[in-house]
Amino acid sequence: MSGYDIHLENFEGPLDLLLHLIKKNEMDISDIPIAAITAQYLGILDAMKTLNLDIAGEFLLMAATLLHIKSKMLLPRSYEDDAEEEEEDPRAELVRRLLEYQKYKDVSETLEAGPMLGRDLFARAAPEPEVLEEAETGFVAVGLFDLLAALRDVLEEKPEELVHEVNLEQLSVTDRINAILTELQGKESVAFLDLFSDGIRRSEVIVTFLALLELVKMRMVRFMQNTHHGTIWLFPSVPIDETEELEVGEDSLGYT
Amino acid sequence: MDIHDLIPLAEALIFAADGPIKAERMAEALDVPLADIREAIEALEVDYAERPRGFFLQEVAGGYQLRTRPEYADYLRKLGRSRPFRFSRPALESLAIIAYRQPVTRSEIEYLRGVDSGSVLKTLLEKRLVRILGKKDVPGKPMIYGTTREFLELFGLPDLSSLPTLSEFSELAPDTETEALMESLPLLVDGEETGTQDGEAGTRDE
Repeated sequence: MSGYDIHLENFEGPLDLLLHLIKKNEMDISDIPIAAITAQYLGILDAMKTLNLDIAGEFLLMAATLLHIKSKMLLPRSYEDDAEEEEEDPRAELVRRLLEYQKYKDVSETLEAGPMLGRDLFARAAPEPEVLEEAETGFVAVGLFDLLAALRDVLEEKPEELVHEVNLEQLSVTDRINAILTELQGKESVAFLDLFSDGIRRSEVIVTFLALLELVKMRMVRFMQNTHHGTIWLFPSVPIDETEELEVGEDSLGYT
Repeated sequence: MDIHDLIPLAEALIFAADGPIKAERMAEALDVPLADIREAIEALEVDYAERPRGFFLQEVAGGYQLRTRPEYADYLRKLGRSRPFRFSRPALESLAIIAYRQPVTRSEIEYLRGVDSGSVLKTLLEKRLVRILGKKDVPGKPMIYGTTREFLELFGLPDLSSLPTLSEFSELAPDTETEALMESLPLLVDGEETGTQDGEAGTRDE
């Protein structure tokens, strides 16, 4: 056990460990000797009994995959022409994953090595203007309880409607999200209460609130207030018109 | 407006902006044709590149920003004015995957990395380098992620198409790859017995 100078925590994951073993043994990635690499892989897992359990799960899954591939490779291959054509090398998927992983690992190192703002280059403005803005305006993020209190205040003004009318209403959260975004367009902020105009019904209050929660979850908007229990303001996280331009379409990268 | 008057004006706008400023926005603010602004920006770029300045004009995130030259980084860091991003390898890898594969779901990232990426993703969201683009229209409606303007600013990229090219190494078409594998596949897996006895025997040789 003492012969290993490999520590599992140094590896990003099972793919990283496999790549390391392939390089160390100068194996051909397109023709991995699966039995040898499986043995080494399992040896390392053995040597590291004191693992973080969460990590171990992923490493064990790969061990099972390796053993599965190994067992498939040991099965006699059919010599019939048609069968041979249909069968894929059992290692093919693993190889694809390894190559793909290697690609992103390499490029992440390239990115890291390049000039980074705040590390190698400095701009006149602070790298995180958002933080500065908060410090200047004295706004703080709104907590859950203040938000719920605000909702309660709005709802208290809208008592349950004791009517038996059946209305075919089409209230969709998506529509409200879009309406709120339109409302915010070109504005620096909107007061929370302004989103619940006087004529609004109780059910609409709920839908609007849900829409707001979705927007916060999507990080499109932030709730801020000056003081605790103060007026709650809704700020767009990015100017709304810029969000449009940042939208990334499926084809815009040229990769698939 | 004469181009010689426009150059210092454009410089003033770039200097005063609190982030990268788009050429379009400058043209609008100065009420001049976009082509003129571009010409002025180009002149500025050349000017900064040729003269011994502490900073240069960088095209970043669709706009332009004055940034200090990388060779002065050590001195500037001594000022201690910045808290540089410190990337863990998981964070960098995930960020790279998101940058190249966006829009991408968490499970796609995890498949590519082979490890759980939830906490890394959360960190990237918190650092505003990654954002949720929406939900994918498949069962379970998973979130899809993409990079932000801050990501481009951090790495000094004009746009996503300026990301470094992924290595050619893996650009084998799936077909040729499989074919090559099929050809090289030994019918009898020989020479492997030595490695299979047990894990320790296999690795001790190294």
